[in-house]
Amino acid sequence: MQLDEEIEDKFELNISITNPEKVGDGMNAYMAYKVSTQTTLPMFRSKTFTVRRRFSDFLGLYEKLSDKHTLNGYIVPPPPEKSIMGMTKVKVGKEDNSSAEFVERRRAALERYLQRVVFHPSLLQDPDVRECVCVCALSGAGFLKMINRATDSLSKMTIKMNESDVWFEEKLQEVEAEDQQLRKLHIMVDSLVGHRKELSVNTGGFAKSVAMLGSSEDNTALSRALSQLAEVEDKMEQLHQEQAASDSFCFAELLADYIRLLGSVRASFDQRMKTWQRWQDAQNMLQKKRETEAKLLWANKPDKLQQAKDDITEWEAKVTQYERDFDRVSATVRKEVLRFEKEKARDFKKQIIKYLESLLQSQQQLIKYWEAFLPEAKAIA
Amino acid sequence: MHVVLCQGLDDGPDFLSEEDRGPRAVNVDLQTDATLQVDISDALSERDKVKFTVHTKSTLPNFKQNEFSVVRQHEEFIWLHDSFVENEEYAGYIIPPAPPRPDFDASREKLQKLGEGEGSMTKEEFTKMKQELEAEYLAIFKKTVAMHEVFLCRVAAHPVLRKDLNFHVFLEYNQDLSVRGKNKREKMEDFFKNVVKSADGVLVAGVKDVDDFFEHEKTFLLEYHNRVKDASAKSDRMIRSHKSAADDINRIASTLYTLGTQDSTDVCKFFLKVSELFEKTRKIEARVAADEDLKLADLLKYYLRESQAAKDLLYRRGRALVDYENANKALDRARAKNKDVLQAETSQQVCCQKFEKISESAKQELIDFKTRRVAAFRKNLVELAELELKHAKGNLQLLQSCLGVLKGDT
Repeated sequence: MQLDEEIEDKFELNISITNPEKVGDGMNAYMAYKVSTQTTLPMFRSKTFTVRRRFSDFLGLYEKLSDKHTLNGYIVPPPPEKSIMGMTKVKVGKEDNSSAEFVERRRAALERYLQRVVFHPSLLQDPDVRECVCVCALSGAGFLKMINRATDSLSKMTIKMNESDVWFEEKLQEVEAEDQQLRKLHIMVDSLVGHRKELSVNTGGFAKSVAMLGSSEDNTALSRALSQLAEVEDKMEQLHQEQAASDSFCFAELLADYIRLLGSVRASFDQRMKTWQRWQDAQNMLQKKRETEAKLLWANKPDKLQQAKDDITEWEAKVTQYERDFDRVSATVRKEVLRFEKEKARDFKKQIIKYLESLLQSQQQLIKYWEAFLPEAKAIA
Repeated sequence: MHVVLCQGLDDGPDFLSEEDRGPRAVNVDLQTDATLQVDISDALSERDKVKFTVHTKSTLPNFKQNEFSVVRQHEEFIWLHDSFVENEEYAGYIIPPAPPRPDFDASREKLQKLGEGEGSMTKEEFTKMKQELEAEYLAIFKKTVAMHEVFLCRVAAHPVLRKDLNFHVFLEYNQDLSVRGKNKREKMEDFFKNVVKSADGVLVAGVKDVDDFFEHEKTFLLEYHNRVKDASAKSDRMIRSHKSAADDINRIASTLYTLGTQDSTDVCKFFLKVSELFEKTRKIEARVAADEDLKLADLLKYYLRESQAAKDLLYRRGRALVDYENANKALDRARAKNKDVLQAETSQQVCCQKFEKISESAKQELIDFKTRRVAAFRKNLVELAELELKHAKGNLQLLQSCLGVLKGDT
């Protein structure tokens, strides 16, 4: 945590992902994104640089980081989800709204992912991260394995720990409760997005219908007012569409990110349990070796005795090592969780405020439209 | 489900606009006349029927008292409407359209489902949903009362229909009118009558009218009716989506509240504030949908029914014209054969008078219809715009003050 604040205070680091471009044709096509970095950190050779990366590069980065750091208790941010449907549409060249939306959603998600990685003080030190942002061509299309590796193992854990530190137990419960609520919330926000899109379409249908009604109305003033109403409803269609996009990008995506991140958090708790288990297993093994030695002494078999003594020494060393590992991993997990909570609080506040601001803008637009319409309605005679 | 509604004592859920209380001549701008004032002062919803208290104030000598009330059910309104339609004397008038049957089926079903699902949700969620469904029920209830009232007011405002004897019986006779719903045979007869009517309708519509006014009205009404139908259906769909979105926001608010109560950290307090905001904005969104329903959807539905009634009038005139033309031909034939001439002459005269009588009153009715329609649209569109503005401003204020607090905290 110290390092984090130091970085923020002394150095600049801005990363953005832009310019999605389709490379190639047909089923081998892929999207390449521009990764632009601007920084004053001394570890980088230049102040500004860009590279082009594709989605599987980011997956590859996650796998490398996860392999190296999860076992030490670090919370490694998960990348965005793969989507066969979404990508197929893009490959096939379907130039419609939904594939444009998909590309934009992915671009934004990759950007958030990369930002989380580089703003993690320990992960930033990893050479693979540096390679991702500033050296040309990472590994190509190879990495197509499932990304849920760390998250797979989580809830299957049946290790019963004698928890010496209640903090961990309470935290894990909190994380699980939060996960449940966030999933619920995500489903509801998705439902809202769906209904708003539906509202947009239905408003458009209604607008056209009112326009038709207006044109067959034979009172001139009323006819005019009805066509004005049709225009207002037309504008509302657009407004609802924009609002649905905001619901989705600001709110739903935030929730999806954190549901995945909580998966990584649980993975780090699992990792701690694994190291605990290894330490316990070593202690049990040491105990067995001691019993073996005792048996040999009693049975008076001096030739095998030396082996038994060697074993004991070996396992005593392991027990000490594994206990140290457990303490180290516990400390890391604790530090990581506190850091994660800070980041989460910041993220949620920022995003939700942004979302509320978009809602506010919608209302302001609404007011403009109806204020323009009111005199038209009053003019009916 | 037992809901009582009293005008004046109406303190129902305040998600309906204030304009909705008080005299409820909802979609029609009617002249209320001191000589005969009718309204529905009370209504009771029982399991499968609604009982309306019809209240009359009149200075007319036809009634025994100046003020009185009776209880009527939907079927009795239909009986009254049908008696107008079947009365040849009223062929030249636009018969005020019958109010639709009170339909609580959907609402009742939802309440039942809620009861069944009670075990699977928290107490707060259950109470909340129950309140919402009860409010929905109440809204439907208020609407059906309004629609029945508008029908009576239209009749009372019509210079000829208000004098109808059946109408007076309806208003004054304080026993059950024993109007049973149509039995199967009568429904079949109705069905065939309508089939014949539509076939005739095609025939009659094909005959070009000598009179420009009626020719124009026929073309206008056919097109207008279809377009109002479409607009009515589309407005319903739009409003339904709006309600669904408001429901979603409600659930989001609840879940945010749960998240907010899990701890007392900064971020939890943040969730609580946002939850509170969404609670309030979704109430406003629900109001917007409800107001759109009243001012737009109901307006369109009403004019769908009235334009049909106007079409029916044109049809009746068209029929009378065909009868008149046939009588003319019959007279010519009788004269040519010099057989039954007097009979043919009388018959032709009767048809002529009937046709001319209908044409004269129909013209006035159609002009009045236009005036009423323009006035009703004006009133409702103005009110709609004013309500939309009011709610948008309310929403805006909530968002602004909440954002002020949230930004200030960080």
